Amino acid sequence: MSVSEVADAEIIVEDLVKRFGSFVAVDHASFRVGRGEIMGFLGPNGAGKSTIIRILCGLLRPSAGRVSVAGIDVAGDPERVRQHIGYMSQKFSLYRDLTVEENLYFFGGIYRVPRHQLAERMRFAIDMAGLRGREKALVATLAGGWQQRLALGCAVLHRPPILFLDEPTSGVEPTSRRRFWDLIHALAAEGVTVLVSTHYMDEAEYCHRAALINQGRIIASGSPDELKRTALGGELLLLECEALGPTLAALQQAPGVIDVSVFGNALHILVSDADRSLIELPAYLEQKALRPSRIARISPSLEDVFVQLIAVDIAKRRLAA
Amino acid sequence: MRLRRLKAIAVKEVLQIWRDPRSLMIALLLPFTQMFLFGYGVNLDLKHIPICTFDREGSQLSQALLKRFQASLYFTIARNVKDYPEIVAAIDRGDCRAAIVVPPDFSERLNDAGTVSVQAILDGTDDNTANIAFGYAAAVVTGYSSNVQLAAVNRQGRTLQNVQPLVVQSRVWFNEDLVSRNFIIPGLVAVIMALVGAQLTSLTISREWERGTMELLVSTPVRSSEVMFGKLIPYLLLGWIDAAFCLMVAVLWFAVPFRGTLITLFLTTSLFLAVILSIGYLLSVLIRSQVGASQMALVATMLPATLLSGYVFPIDQMPRLVQDITYLIYARYYVTILKAIFLKGAGISELLTPILFLVVYALAVVFLAARAFRKRLV
Repeated sequence: MSVSEVADAEIIVEDLVKRFGSFVAVDHASFRVGRGEIMGFLGPNGAGKSTIIRILCGLLRPSAGRVSVAGIDVAGDPERVRQHIGYMSQKFSLYRDLTVEENLYFFGGIYRVPRHQLAERMRFAIDMAGLRGREKALVATLAGGWQQRLALGCAVLHRPPILFLDEPTSGVEPTSRRRFWDLIHALAAEGVTVLVSTHYMDEAEYCHRAALINQGRIIASGSPDELKRTALGGELLLLECEALGPTLAALQQAPGVIDVSVFGNALHILVSDADRSLIELPAYLEQKALRPSRIARISPSLEDVFVQLIAVDIAKRRLAA
Repeated sequence: MRLRRLKAIAVKEVLQIWRDPRSLMIALLLPFTQMFLFGYGVNLDLKHIPICTFDREGSQLSQALLKRFQASLYFTIARNVKDYPEIVAAIDRGDCRAAIVVPPDFSERLNDAGTVSVQAILDGTDDNTANIAFGYAAAVVTGYSSNVQLAAVNRQGRTLQNVQPLVVQSRVWFNEDLVSRNFIIPGLVAVIMALVGAQLTSLTISREWERGTMELLVSTPVRSSEVMFGKLIPYLLLGWIDAAFCLMVAVLWFAVPFRGTLITLFLTTSLFLAVILSIGYLLSVLIRSQVGASQMALVATMLPATLLSGYVFPIDQMPRLVQDITYLIYARYYVTILKAIFLKGAGISELLTPILFLVVYALAVVFLAARAFRKRLV
């Protein structure tokens, strides 16, 4: 699925550039997010994920490019965009010296949630965050996972159609993370568009689509399956054998092989067509008197893909420089 | 501007003030304690100046003179010494600020020649005190000598009219007792309010930046004006309480006469609070750290308010250039207003000029503060 194929896009970003002085934080990024879609931003710290999200919220002014959220040009009218969005910043930003209830009441007032709906919405947010019975607790006394769920509750109190979540699960224990993603999926099922950033690579699996960001550029995007199948530019085979060195050397000359690398006491072979190579390669090796004990197709994890892609990206940049 | 959002900000601010009892206590007790510290500390009336007496004669007449010093409100006799070195030692130690030496032939010369000198030795390290002490000492001696003359005249059987000296009878208005406290304390209220007021609001925006809550607040539809007024309102209430404390200490404790009306006081005080709270807010917006903003607020209020407001140091005795600068010191107008309300019972109509200056000042600062706080980050 390419950028232009997203129908009914709630978020449209084209050629976005953000410079801080001479530092380019976002380098010609383009993507779209459709209604009810969960788009994940992945990448190392400092890759530019937060900067893009803050531009989309109207907190930062883009240096160049077009940014549209809910059909509104963000650079032109940031105030109007804010009615339509909910935002969870990377740093926890609720009032710690206020109680759970007081925080919700505050944001209810700020977003002017209709008074007759406020009680029901607050109840929903409290239930969602699993904070029933702790309404009067100071936020500072809550554990990290609860704080993050309350922050999500505050962000959705006014039922925004679009949610921006900047590393909402960082520093949260695994079971709480899992629960948090369930909440995100429940919201998306109701038609809420979610743009979420994370530096946990495994969390990309929970997204409908993911974009990998490195040094301000989107270096790959697509559904987790697509990324695994196509992002490496081939398919992955695993080969186990006795003579690792001679096999490696032989395979580098073999037809249809893009790349070979040692992976533990086995070889990972990147090939353009796995089905063909599964037939051809054993015969090719047989000619050289090499007999692998096992050769099989494997599917890479997203982490494999991202680590590989970032390594390639860094190498490419070094070459260009 | 939406009332709902304004209220949300104000309520949140009140809760935060309430949850931070230490800061609240400082906000409420600081003006209280400062009133007492400054109220007693800044006192231009010299009373009970410690002196030494060296009576080289020890006669009835010389003792009568020294008794007059003792009876005077302005002097306290710290000790009676026997020789000059003891005087030097006492002044060096700071036991006394002056010494009165009666010559050994005091009675003799007073009776024979009718005139005699008494020596006053003054500690000149504080020339202000020395001057005042000298003036008081001269007055005590003059009072004594006129008594002596009177006695002599009576002895000679002459009538009193012939020696009646010309006397100037001065009458002071508005501060009849010429108690310096009466004109210092109202000005002091202004200085303390300037100090405390700017401190109150100097933390309010920088705290949101430091704690990271501003990031989220900026992403909401809240308007800058709603944030500003929503935050200023709770501090205006606190400012009123502080002002009431200070004014009550002035009237009830220091017994400064209050001749004006409460409504004039309330209106002008609110106007002054609007100025200083907005200044604190402006600094809080411009300097995104709490410590920085609070220190800047201290510098921006403390020095101008104490030195250039005219609360102790009269403006018309300053160099021309400095006098012109004082027009920029907002505390100056409130000092003028408070002194006029307290001592003269002035109403709004008499205070139009300083009130107008304060109004202009308030509008300018509020405008600047509203413009300075922009919701966009960079």
